[in-house]
Amino acid sequence: MSMSDILVALLHVSKRFVKGKETIDIFERLDLTIPTKDFVAVMGPSGSGKTTLLNLLGGIDRPDGGEIHIAGMRIDTLSEGNLARWRAANIGFVFQFYNLMPMLTAAQNVELPLLLTNLHSAERREHVETALKIVNLADRAKHYPREMSGGQQQRVAIARAIVSDPKLLLCDEPTGDLDRNSADEILGMLSILNRELGKTIVVVTHDPAAARYARRTLHLDKGHFVEKELAA
Amino acid sequence: MNDFVLIRKNLFRKKLRAVLMIVSILIAFAIFGVLAAFERAFNAGEAVAEDDRLVVVNKINFTQPLPIAYFNRVQGIEGVRRVTHANWFGGYYQDPKNFLIVLAVEPESYLQIVDSDYVITPEMREAFIRERTGALVGESMAKKWGWKVGDRVPIASNIFSQKNGSRSWDMHIVGIFSKRKPQADTNVMLFQYDYFDETRSFGKDTIGWLILQTTSPEVNDRVAKTIDRGFANSSYETATDTEKAFNKAFVAQLGNIALIVQLVVGAAFVTILMIVGNTMVMAVRERTREIGVLKTLGFSGSRVLRLILGETVLLAIIGGVPGIALAALAIVNMRESVGNFLPGLTLEPSILAIAFVLMIGLGLATGLAPAIHAFRLKIADAMGRG
Repeated sequence: MSMSDILVALLHVSKRFVKGKETIDIFERLDLTIPTKDFVAVMGPSGSGKTTLLNLLGGIDRPDGGEIHIAGMRIDTLSEGNLARWRAANIGFVFQFYNLMPMLTAAQNVELPLLLTNLHSAERREHVETALKIVNLADRAKHYPREMSGGQQQRVAIARAIVSDPKLLLCDEPTGDLDRNSADEILGMLSILNRELGKTIVVVTHDPAAARYARRTLHLDKGHFVEKELAA
Repeated sequence: MNDFVLIRKNLFRKKLRAVLMIVSILIAFAIFGVLAAFERAFNAGEAVAEDDRLVVVNKINFTQPLPIAYFNRVQGIEGVRRVTHANWFGGYYQDPKNFLIVLAVEPESYLQIVDSDYVITPEMREAFIRERTGALVGESMAKKWGWKVGDRVPIASNIFSQKNGSRSWDMHIVGIFSKRKPQADTNVMLFQYDYFDETRSFGKDTIGWLILQTTSPEVNDRVAKTIDRGFANSSYETATDTEKAFNKAFVAQLGNIALIVQLVVGAAFVTILMIVGNTMVMAVRERTREIGVLKTLGFSGSRVLRLILGETVLLAIIGGVPGIALAALAIVNMRESVGNFLPGLTLEPSILAIAFVLMIGLGLATGLAPAIHAFRLKIADAMGRG
């Protein structure tokens, strides 16, 4: 694997939290590489650092040591402003509880990340329509989140995550609040995004079924990875 | 969609709460508009006063008369350019509640001194001087009562009576004048002192006050001292002051209007500030997770700060503009009842400008604390909170 194939590289990353007088080490010199177009499921017990890992990859949190490189850019040294701009251009997020804005329609929710671009209104509308078509929700564009099922809301969240065409999709328990059918639908959609649109995806999950859609699963335990290859 | 749509949608996500806040702000600005207009109307005389004018009144107070002889004596004092005199008539039309500002004046000298305030044509001046019962009426008063040049109107006094017992004087309107200065009051009637003095039953050969025009404002102090010193220890001691100070003192008799306005408006605004500020803090706290999401999507802290400040400024404008409109409506209605006392009662452009600045200020002040909180909020903390 050449350097140009690597999208994510964590080099000796350390992260610790201070809780009162106690210091909890989450990661100690953690290394990880994720190639472009990979689909990685990260599993592990509660408190193992899955969400912290996702936060570090998305530039939401900063490491206490080591380096984080994504798409050739070292992000752990960027200022808050630059990090926000970088995040808008490179990362799509999908959360467990969808986190849609309740007062905005599906289309407006999907349009949110595009407000940070220089696209004109018509261009933004075009991008939004495309994203909603990809998640099969073109006909629900004017519906509010409260008018949609959990699965549909999560599909809107996926459309929001991909609308600005980011390199990396980070999903935090995307099926954690869904029934089995909806969960399979979401995972199938992520799988399509990976295979057909070439999106690199990292999914943090407790759901063993979710792992079956990934190309590989990383088991995180006490700040270390245990990698298992899965049949695609 | 754009940031404005996002701001508007956020503001009205809880409609009842938004409406209650808007109503609070509306009431505050309605109070401000009305009180500010009253304050301006009370102080209009101060604005119209000329720097080179002095007013001489009886030292006891300005309701007490001065002898007409003072008119000639003052003319000879060095630094005095012109002198005139006026007498409060206490007029009304048909019914005592139809109060009118009517002054008995010495025509020639009075018109010279108020030349900078009013537009009075040579024809009007000549007719006024020539005709004993002639009266000049300001256009505001003429419009209110539907009077025109040539009309003869009976004007009664609630102070004076004629020697025949009548309280009414016939006035022949010989001219209707307009204002030269925007602040000048045209809700006034002038008639001849001689006609008044010859017919009244008491107070003969006395006047209400003297108005002086000095050669320059620099000599005002010296002239005032010379006059007051000259009449010291007489039966009619005088108090001489600038026209501005006289008008101010006149208004001050009704109380410190500016202070009352400031206190009432201040109390209303502080209350609104606390209510809206507290509500916005709660509203933003409820949205902590959403702020985290926005930041996750790439919205910078400063952009989130602008969105929240935009929301509170929009709230203040949505509440403030109809509040000022309501004040304007109230003032139009009030003019019917208090217009005679306060002819300048109006929402001037400067009040509107102050109101707009206050709206922006209120918006920024109420949004500042929650906006700074959102600006500083770390995404991980925001997303970790329920």
